[in-house]
Parts: sequence; structure tokens; C-alpha cells
Amino acid sequence: MIPLFFVILVTIATVILGVVATKRAQSASDFFVAGRQVSVGMNASAISGEYLSAASFMGVAGLILKNGYDALWYPVGYAAGYLLLLLFIAGPLRRFGAYTIPDFAEGRFDSPLFRKIAVSFVLFIGFFYTMPQMKGAGVAMQTIMGWPYWVGIVVVGSVITFNVALGGMKGITFVQAFQYWVKLFAISVPVFVLMAVYGGYSGKLGTFTGEPKGIPKVTKDTPLKFVGKDKAPNNAVSFSPGAETVITFTKDTEIDKISTGRKPEPGEDKLDASLAILPKIEGVIPAGTQVTILPLVVTKAGQAVLSKEGKPIKTAPKLEFAKPTEAVLAAGSFVPNTQNNAKWGLPYGTLTSKHGFPVLYTYSLIIALICGTAGLPHILVRFYTNPDGKSAKATTFWVMVLIGAFYAFTPIWGALGRADLPMLYANNKTDSVVIALPRAIGGVWGDVLSGVTSAGAFAAFMSTFSGLLVSMSGALAHDIYGKIIKPSATPEERIKMFKIAAVIFGFASMALGLLVETFDIAMLVGWAFAIAAASYFPLLLLGAWWRGLTMPGAAAGMLGGGLLSLGAIIAFMLSDKKIITIDDPLTKALCEQPAVWGVPLALVIMFVVSKVTAKQIPWDADLKMLRLHAPEALGRSKDYIEDTGSDH
Amino acid sequence: MNDKELLRSVMRRQAGLSLRVAAVFLGIIFILPLVNLYAPELAATNVGGFSLTWLILAVLFYPITWGLSAYFIKRSNALEDAIVQENAK
Repeated sequence: MIPLFFVILVTIATVILGVVATKRAQSASDFFVAGRQVSVGMNASAISGEYLSAASFMGVAGLILKNGYDALWYPVGYAAGYLLLLLFIAGPLRRFGAYTIPDFAEGRFDSPLFRKIAVSFVLFIGFFYTMPQMKGAGVAMQTIMGWPYWVGIVVVGSVITFNVALGGMKGITFVQAFQYWVKLFAISVPVFVLMAVYGGYSGKLGTFTGEPKGIPKVTKDTPLKFVGKDKAPNNAVSFSPGAETVITFTKDTEIDKISTGRKPEPGEDKLDASLAILPKIEGVIPAGTQVTILPLVVTKAGQAVLSKEGKPIKTAPKLEFAKPTEAVLAAGSFVPNTQNNAKWGLPYGTLTSKHGFPVLYTYSLIIALICGTAGLPHILVRFYTNPDGKSAKATTFWVMVLIGAFYAFTPIWGALGRADLPMLYANNKTDSVVIALPRAIGGVWGDVLSGVTSAGAFAAFMSTFSGLLVSMSGALAHDIYGKIIKPSATPEERIKMFKIAAVIFGFASMALGLLVETFDIAMLVGWAFAIAAASYFPLLLLGAWWRGLTMPGAAAGMLGGGLLSLGAIIAFMLSDKKIITIDDPLTKALCEQPAVWGVPLALVIMFVVSKVTAKQIPWDADLKMLRLHAPEALGRSKDYIEDTGSDH
Repeated sequence: MNDKELLRSVMRRQAGLSLRVAAVFLGIIFILPLVNLYAPELAATNVGGFSLTWLILAVLFYPITWGLSAYFIKRSNALEDAIVQENAK
């Protein structure tokens, strides 16, 4: 009950702050970019507040818990991308002065057609980004309240949707600044308490490196919950090859498939995975059955295959359950679903190596994250709320400090979780570590700390989801309705359209959130970044720095890179859900992490097509470049959209 | 100075600064995976419980980007002031 109290508290504070700030939101300009007068400190807090989503708050800690070192690239990429934004994009974009990326797209090429193309990506990226927020809401409520996954999504999603429909952007600038500080407090303070209870950060990591082959164990009999085939691939449980594992099923169970964790290499004998379970099981396993799971020795023509150290290589079975079931893992057993300490704590572990191309995977991930940050529409729109280019740069610096301070805490959660709550691996619940770990202390203090992190998680998906709803609804109301469908629309009509759009997109996001329960939160956000990296990033980079870019070139590159990346990611998601199969591991790796080809492809297409269509370079390209680059004091910059108070 | 020359010189100076800082940043982030690959022992060196590569990526990387960012902003603002001064003459 205590965590729920904290959650309700932060929700009410958000709504009240939103309402109070809304009373001051008057004109259409207030509604879209907060009147373009927000102080650097406030704006940096608000950008950070909006940026630190459920993916950052729950997902990054969860992904580091699950994948160790390999997952450290996520927080680093999320934070470091701002440097590229600062170096190449923030200053020019602010000087150009437009509300949204579609405004930039149209203004740079004087092409309303290009606006329509550009605006579509606000929606693609936005939906990819809202899915993990929704998953975060579902998982958080599952952990705190024991609600079914979908209930959390519907309740939280509805509250935020209506808050946005009432408030607009002015409301949330203030609210998001507030939420940043809630999140920083919630990720940091409990960590210090946990370290006092469980031991320090470097101490935990030192234990892992001291025992490279070690795997976490449960210290007492631990109840496990397994999901069924409908939640594939999360219904798979990989047992440890290190020693035998004893589990007792406490519910009638049916196993859909048994396979070995290690895929046989060429020449190796095919192993009968069913031999690894004693007693042999067939059909429905009645409740109360105790089974022992044994590692199998990998053989080649009947002879054991030896590892580099000269020991026989062993593999353990992977069980896939047909229906949800429950079991008890005996005290002292190795925890299923995790790798050994060396694979966890050192580079090129299970995450990047899963398709067999660890280096390619790593670089592709880095490119997606650092270029993607520089192309996120809901973040870029915030730079227009700075009074000038200089303050836009100062804001970026403070954002980097604020979010870096936050992300530095996420690996600590991963390390503590691995050492002290390894049952999260067995249950495929790594995404809930920030809420579950404090609670594991027990007693009132466990509940209070868990309440603090729950409140942080709520602040996280409320602020990001609000920001996304504003940018998507803004795109619809301002770019599609106001510029394309009904240019004569009055400001009142636009605000009405904004509210309708917020409600539509809110419900669409909830529906999408229900589909993604099996994906890691941080990976889902990574995909939004990959799409942004291959579409908006090339547009902004070349648009700001290359005079010769033409509208057809920019459009072809953005569509080519962006849509192919989107398609590749969707193909990977379908294959992960076992709807389609991708056999070739290289193709699979490139589908999961498309940035390594998507970003260069978009840049090359933009370059080549622009060269071919060089006649279409805007006649006033020099003037536009001056507006992007000449310091404001020279008087060359002019806001693309003149602010006249109530209309524009 | 006419517009075209002004544009060319402004952009060249801005791009030079941005590219210099970007080279340091991208250098660090792109070389670390190579160190992990070709010098795994070096990457795994124990530094007070942390492995060296964990310490760099999970702890030190953030202050490094702050430093780069602060340096860039200082230089970039100075550059803009210089451009304004030259053209006001």
C-alpha cells in the first residue's frame, strides 16, 4: 500500500501543477512552444525530465541487470548523443527559428510537400517511443499492485492522456522540470540505502570478476512464475550448465518444447535434450512433481568436446512452457536465464553476441543511439523554447550534466540486482529491478524505498508520454490540420484539434503497449532511436551544413533510410515473436540493429539525389544558410514563424 | 565582405571547431570497442573492483562529455563574438 501512496502522490502533484500552469497558457504559441521564453535552468530540467523515460528509469537498469557490460552502451548512448546535437544541430536549428522539425523541413526548402513527408516520421518515432512507456506502466503496476499487465496500461495511459488534452506544452514544461528532480532523487537516494544494506558498487563488481565462471544462486527456496506460449519468447527458461537444478512444479504444467541452450556446432553430435530432465517427462506434469535438471556433455562422434581449459563443454536444457505455470526453485540452485559472471561483466557478452556478430552489433547500437538522440522530434522541439542560440547551447550543456548524473546510477542497480535479487532472471522480470530490489529489504523501509522508485518510474513515463503526446498531437494539429487540411483554421480550432488528437493518440499508444510485453523496455526505445538516426538526423545534419541539399534529395534519403530501418525492425520483432523466420544470422543482426547501414544509406541517398537534382537547390539557399549560421547579433536570423501573440 | 564570403568563412570556422570536438568524442566511443576486442586483458584490468573498461564506460565517460561540451560552448561563443566584431567594423 505504501508504494501506491507514493505513486498517487506524484500523479496528483503532476496533475495539479499541470492545471496551475495551464491557467497561464493563453495563446496558440503558448500551447505549442511555451511562448519561447523559458530560462536555461528550467528548460534544461524540462528537457531532461522529458527525456528520462521509463526506458531510462526502469529499462536501462533492467537491461544492465540482464546483459551486464554490453548494455552499458545504452545509457552512454542516450547521454552522449547530446554532444553531437550540441556540436552540429542545436545552434543552427535555434537560429533558424521554427516550431517543429516539419517546420524546418518546409522552411529550408520552401516545400509544403516535404512537410507532409517529414511529419510522418514524428508519428513513426513517436509510436515506437510510446510503446516502451506503456510497457513501463504495465510492469510497474504489476510489481507494485499485482494488477494484470493491461490494467496498469489503461489506468496510467488514460490519466496522462487527459492531462495532456487539458494542458498542452506550457503546462508540461513546468511539470517536466519538476519530474526530472523527482526522478533523480528516486534513482539515487534508494541506491545509497541499498548499498549500505547489501554492499557497495565496486565490491559487487569485484566479486563478479573474481569468479568469472560463477552464476548467481538463490539462497532460499524461491517461487517462480513462468508464462505460456502466448508470451513467447518469454516462456523459455534456460537452465544453468554449471550444476544440476532442482525444481518442484506447484501447478499442473505442460512443456511445449525442450531444446539445448547451446546450438551444436558443425560436426558435433545432436543431443537429446529430453535426457537432461529426470524423471523423464511426457504430457501434463501434475502439480507437486519434482524434477532434476542435468547439464549434458557436448560430444563429437561420441567423444566429449573440450573447452580451452581442457574441461568438457556442457549444455543445459531450455524449456518452453505451453501454459502459464508456477514452480519452486530449490535453495542453493543456480538461477536460470543468466550467463556466467565473465559473460555478464565483460564486453561482447550475450547481448551483442547473440547473432554471432558482436562487434558489428556494438557499433550499430552506438550509431543508433548517438545519432538518434540528435534526431528525436520531441526533444528538438524544446530547443525552440530558448530565446537564442547561445542559450540553446547552454541548455544542452546542462541537459548533459543532468542526464549524465542520472545515468551514472543505472549500472549500480544492475550490479546490486545481479548479486542480491537474481530471481528476477528466472522470472524474466529484469525490467522491474528498480521497484523489486528495494522492496526485497523487507519491512516498512523496503516499502518506502520501493515507493520512492515507483514514484520515479511514474514520473518517468508520465513526463515522456506527455511529451510524446504533445509532439504527436502538435504534429497533427499544427502540421497536418493547420497547414495542410485547413490552413484557414482559427487558433481555437487548432487547439480543439490538438485535444482531439491527444485523445486519439493516447488510446492508440495504449493499444500498442499491450503488444510489446515480451520486449525489453530499453531495446524498444533503442529502436525509436534507430529510426530517428536514419531519418531526421541526416536531414538535420545535411540541412544545416550542406548548401547543396535539395528537397528531393532530403526526402529520398529520409524515406529510404527511415522506412527501410523501420521495416527491418518490424521484421525482427515479428521473427522474435515467431511469426516469421529469419534464418541468416547476419541478416537478423542487421535487422535488429539497422543503424550501421541505415544512417550511411540515408546520407548517401541524400547526397546522390541532391547532386542529380542540383537545379532544385533553393534560389535563396545562401540566405538560408546565413540564417542558420550567422550569429544572431548580425541580424541575419529571423524566426521562421513570426510570433504575433495569438496567431502565427 | 559580401554575403557569400561571410557565409563561407562563418561556416568553415564553425565546422572546424565542431569537427575537432567531434573527433575527440567519436574517437573515444569508437576506439573503446576495439580495445575490448584486441586487448581484452587490458580492458579487464582490475581498478579498485571495477574492470578498466567498465570504469571508463559506466563512470568516467559522463564527465568526459561534460568537459568536451563546456570547451565547445566556450570556444563557440568566443568564435561568434569574433565574427560579430569583425563584421561590425
